Amino acid sequence: MNQENINENINIEIKLLLEAIFTKYGYDFRNYSKAHIKRRILHRVSASNLNSISEIQHKVLYDKDFFEIILRDLSINVTEMFRDPSFYKHLREEVVPILKTYPYIKIWHAGCSTGEEVYSMAILLKEEGIYDRTQIYATDFNKLVLQAAKEGIYPINKIKEFTYNYQKAGGVNSFSDHYTAKYDSVILNKSLKKNIVFAEHNLVTDNVFAEVNVVICRNVLIYFDKKLQNRVFNLFEESLIQGGYLCLGSKESLSFSNNFNKYTIISDKEKIYKKKLGI
Amino acid sequence: MQYQAIVIGTSAGGLNALKIVFSSLHENFSIPILVVQHISSHSDNYITKFFNNLCMLNVKEADEKEKIEPGNIYFAPPNFHMMVEEDKSISLSVDKKVNFSRPSIDVLFETAVYAYCPALIGIILTGANNDGAKGLKLINDNGGLTIAQNPKTAETRTMPQEAINISKTNNILDLEEIGKFLNKIDKDQKKILKNLN
Ligand SMILES: C[S@@+](CC[C@H](N)C(=O)[O-])C[C@H]1O[C@@H](n2cnc3c(N)ncnc32)[C@H](O)[C@@H]1O
Repeated sequence: MNQENINENINIEIKLLLEAIFTKYGYDFRNYSKAHIKRRILHRVSASNLNSISEIQHKVLYDKDFFEIILRDLSINVTEMFRDPSFYKHLREEVVPILKTYPYIKIWHAGCSTGEEVYSMAILLKEEGIYDRTQIYATDFNKLVLQAAKEGIYPINKIKEFTYNYQKAGGVNSFSDHYTAKYDSVILNKSLKKNIVFAEHNLVTDNVFAEVNVVICRNVLIYFDKKLQNRVFNLFEESLIQGGYLCLGSKESLSFSNNFNKYTIISDKEKIYKKKLGI
Repeated sequence: MQYQAIVIGTSAGGLNALKIVFSSLHENFSIPILVVQHISSHSDNYITKFFNNLCMLNVKEADEKEKIEPGNIYFAPPNFHMMVEEDKSISLSVDKKVNFSRPSIDVLFETAVYAYCPALIGIILTGANNDGAKGLKLINDNGGLTIAQNPKTAETRTMPQEAINISKTNNILDLEEIGKFLNKIDKDQKKILKNLN
């Protein structure tokens, strides 16, 4: 069989696998980046010593634990504290002063992974003196990462990078004020968790659950096709109050979406947008 | 064969090497080029600025979902993997490092194989690790054209040497020859297209 034929069959098998996952478990990956899905699935085929994607499909249907492995393969959870420090600096300088004018603030982190981004925000708000009147919703569709996020314990070998980022992000204290080290881990201060609710939410299949001042969704939409991105942008638009802020990852953009005219650009480089009044 | 894309991977010494290759490409060179240059995750976009000033083609940092068009050179952004979709657009990912690298050459090459092979040219230039060797082999196995910089004249020889060992590519060229080689391919395939029309 020639290469083109093999590739065609691989694509058909992947399509069927994604249908099977959706039908059986309700997770919908059908509009994710195809290159990303294919790469992860093919790696799983070789790592689990199976012969084909069809064998993966069979195993996924009959073995829930194996499905959890596939779910982890497809949801990229790589994250860090104060990722893209200049983003947090901008947030601190341009957005926080406006947030301070509200008596009560609600922030939604969509696709929060293991929580580093959420705690970065909590630290920033604390240092700016508004954490106590903030409610943070941190959501992800992957239960395992949410569990880790709730714990707020990270390997000590990451602290160097986190500290570097924190300083670049305009942190006003010492980063070590915010955690205690124990063996080879660091435990973030309990006080940072006080106003955070971690919850399961799937951006593809779930709906609006709160009205918020800020939506932060970084490095999630790069895995979605245009159609799915537009669905999620609608969801964010419905969730934001007038004058609320939408923050995306450094390589994501609202520019090509149907929702673009509903926002003004606060920072093109940092991907911060403000929902217009009267919308 | 009408080649539809060129993928290039390099690390240590890459900027100088790419400079030599890119500045020799002729003005209307039309096969799109995708590049992974290993680089610190905190760097800004000076690379694309640097290359834009010294070559005739349009050099840019890739955006997510961007359509791959002739006459462009796309660089993977620092700290993102760059992948090619089968509809010939670019996807980015913050997935784990591969071969200690993000962006990784293997990730680009592997996905480009599905999108383009056999109409794909893969090139490995100077560098200090073995990222890209597997990817080059995959391109070779799928009927694409593969080139490695001559390790003897490379600023750092490990990467092209590993690529040659693993992929068994027959095209081992000095930097000065690579640009010429690509120009000839581009010119020849334009001629064939013209004769067809
Ligand atoms: C690369 S991480 C981004 C983490 C963090 N926002 C950052 O930028 O560092 C992507 C996260 O999106 C989550 N995700 C992917 N698809 C999702 C969906 N449909 N609904 C909710 N979360 C999703 C993944 O589980 C993963 O934790």
